[in-house]
Amino acid sequence: MKTSKPDSATAAKSDVVIDTHNISRVYNPDTIPVYAIRNVHLHIKRGEFTALVGPSGSGKTTLLNLIGGLDKPDQGRILINGTEITALSAGELIEFRLYNIGFVFQSFNLIPVLTAGENAEFIMLLQGKSKKERDARMKQLFREIDMEDKMDRRPGELSGGQQQRVAVARALASKPQFILADEPTANLDSKSASNLLDIMDKMNREENITFIFSTHDQRVIERARRVITLVDGEVASDTNVIDTSAPH
Amino acid sequence: MWLIGLAWKNLWRNKTRTAITMSAVFFAVLLSVFAGSLKSGIFGNMIKNVVSFYTGYIQIHKKGYWNEQVLDNGMICDSALEHRLLQIPNVTGLAPRLETFGLIATNKSTKGCLVAGVDPEKENEVTSLKKKLIRGQYLNFNDTEALLSEGLAERIKARTGDTIYIIGQGYHGATAAGRYRVKGIVKFGSPELNNQTMFLSLPAASELFSAEGIATSLVVSLRNPDLLDETVRALEQKLGSETEVMSWEAIMPDVKQHIETDSNNMKYVQGILYMLVSFGIFGTFLMMMVERKNELAMLIAIGMKKSKLCLLMVIESVFTVLGGCIMGILVSIPLVWYFNQKPLRLGGEIAKVYEKFGFEAIFPTSLSPDNFVFQGITVLAIGLLLSLYPVYKVINTDPATSLKR
Ligand SMILES: Nc1ncnc2c1ncn2[C@@H]1O[C@H](COP(=O)(O)OP(=O)(O)O)[C@@H](O)[C@H]1O
Ligand SMILES: [Mg+2]
Repeated sequence: MKTSKPDSATAAKSDVVIDTHNISRVYNPDTIPVYAIRNVHLHIKRGEFTALVGPSGSGKTTLLNLIGGLDKPDQGRILINGTEITALSAGELIEFRLYNIGFVFQSFNLIPVLTAGENAEFIMLLQGKSKKERDARMKQLFREIDMEDKMDRRPGELSGGQQQRVAVARALASKPQFILADEPTANLDSKSASNLLDIMDKMNREENITFIFSTHDQRVIERARRVITLVDGEVASDTNVIDTSAPH
Repeated sequence: MWLIGLAWKNLWRNKTRTAITMSAVFFAVLLSVFAGSLKSGIFGNMIKNVVSFYTGYIQIHKKGYWNEQVLDNGMICDSALEHRLLQIPNVTGLAPRLETFGLIATNKSTKGCLVAGVDPEKENEVTSLKKKLIRGQYLNFNDTEALLSEGLAERIKARTGDTIYIIGQGYHGATAAGRYRVKGIVKFGSPELNNQTMFLSLPAASELFSAEGIATSLVVSLRNPDLLDETVRALEQKLGSETEVMSWEAIMPDVKQHIETDSNNMKYVQGILYMLVSFGIFGTFLMMMVERKNELAMLIAIGMKKSKLCLLMVIESVFTVLGGCIMGILVSIPLVWYFNQKPLRLGGEIAKVYEKFGFEAIFPTSLSPDNFVFQGITVLAIGLLLSLYPVYKVINTDPATSLKR
């Protein structure tokens, strides 16, 4: 396994899905200011499989919130696939997220009263997709997460690992530009975690789905092909991992 | 719409919470319907009692009679007129009266009194005069005998079988003088009536006062007393401008005022009930919003518009509140019915006071559908108003800070 510096200059401009320009996020600016994110410049290209790492409090969640359009930077601009989301209103942002960004949360966050299938389908209902389209996509997604037989189960009847796979299916159902996952394995045992990574990895390789996930689990970091390390809100290191085991 | 489906499913997720909200609404509707129907039942009964003293629900006079209550202001009253008025659906009966003041005398004493010529049967239908008889016998149409109120009989020291004399002024200045045997004694709850009233049969009174075919007032009895104002209007339309139609409210404004005051006091009681229910419902909404904070933030994060989410909250509230409302009304129907058939009955001192005024201390509930509808809608409105709280919370949700990851 070798490592090298990522070279954004070689990537075609259209390949960049996430582009942050010198963004900063300060909490409590009037009392004791906390620089959760400080002057971060990042380019993330389509098809990347990126881990965001760093100790607790280093700003991972804050950065993911900013990229996901859930929060706004106090300084700097963020472009998603060419759209400057920092210039959108709150209402426009909700709409933007629905069509462009997939979210996976640490605590799964499925709707307890809906079945696994309905949970994943939900986002397509919000998008106003037809029944036919929804059914076809659901079938495909549940095959990919290897849970075709569990579509009718409620979240409460599924293991944590299974719930998180459903969450990945939900995030993907909307055909987003990329998927943001904040510590997706933090609530999983190591076997489920590795199983989830297998599925995400496979989707990334076979369908070129872009994933950005935060973690501080060493075994998860090892699966990433790019590792961005944050320390005190700043990018401390950014390395591409040349994965020799992968059939490139 | 799928949103309705989701709202429906959400109701079942925390059954205890939904049950608490629903039962708060349920008991609110049940209690307020019951209280409301008891209230209107009590007042309805009270009015019925008061008007059956003497006035009736509605009286018809010649225009100006009420201001100057003299025989010369009497009106012509015949069966054609009665027939015409009985065509109004809510009018069930008419009792003509010929009333004037005169002097009543025995060998021992002379007093002023109200002489009322009545049609004994029709009068009984309107004011249950027969029930008030405590001694002797009731009048027949062709009798030339008299009924005295108990107080008046005492004042002139007359007993049944005694002879009394009446002197007064008849129609258009004619002299009126007559001699009658006391056939019976009636007792009124109202001291005013009890101390100065005597009854003759209408033909006897007409003869005494030379007022053939004349009545000073026509007392109207009603099928549904709730339609008082409508019936007054219908009567006015039939009768034209030569007559005045007065409801008991116009005849006894003080009684009306008294009832309105009491009825307003009942409104405070009801207001407190509504407030308690509001707190109950609000508490469950508060609980719900804490419990679902994370889920709502997630929905907004993945791209659900806040307006849609608000709609979801409102639909859920409508389901819960409407459910409780419908159950409340369904259960209150037999309850109200039962207490209409088997009215609450007061005993002890209160009952004695009531009996003194000549009515039973019973309180039947009113079966008026208005009450069910009104209470149901009020509680529903409270529920919907309170559902603005979840809506407010949704609008103020910031997914970045509310999401527990
Ligand atoms: N809402 C907030 N208000 C104030 N400070 C916050 C808030 N959210 C996060 N922070 C601070 O910002 C820093 C970065 O937090 P976070 O992004 O959650 O880090 P990580 O996800 O890497 O643990 C921390 O010091 C944290 O205390
Ligand atoms: Mg975090």
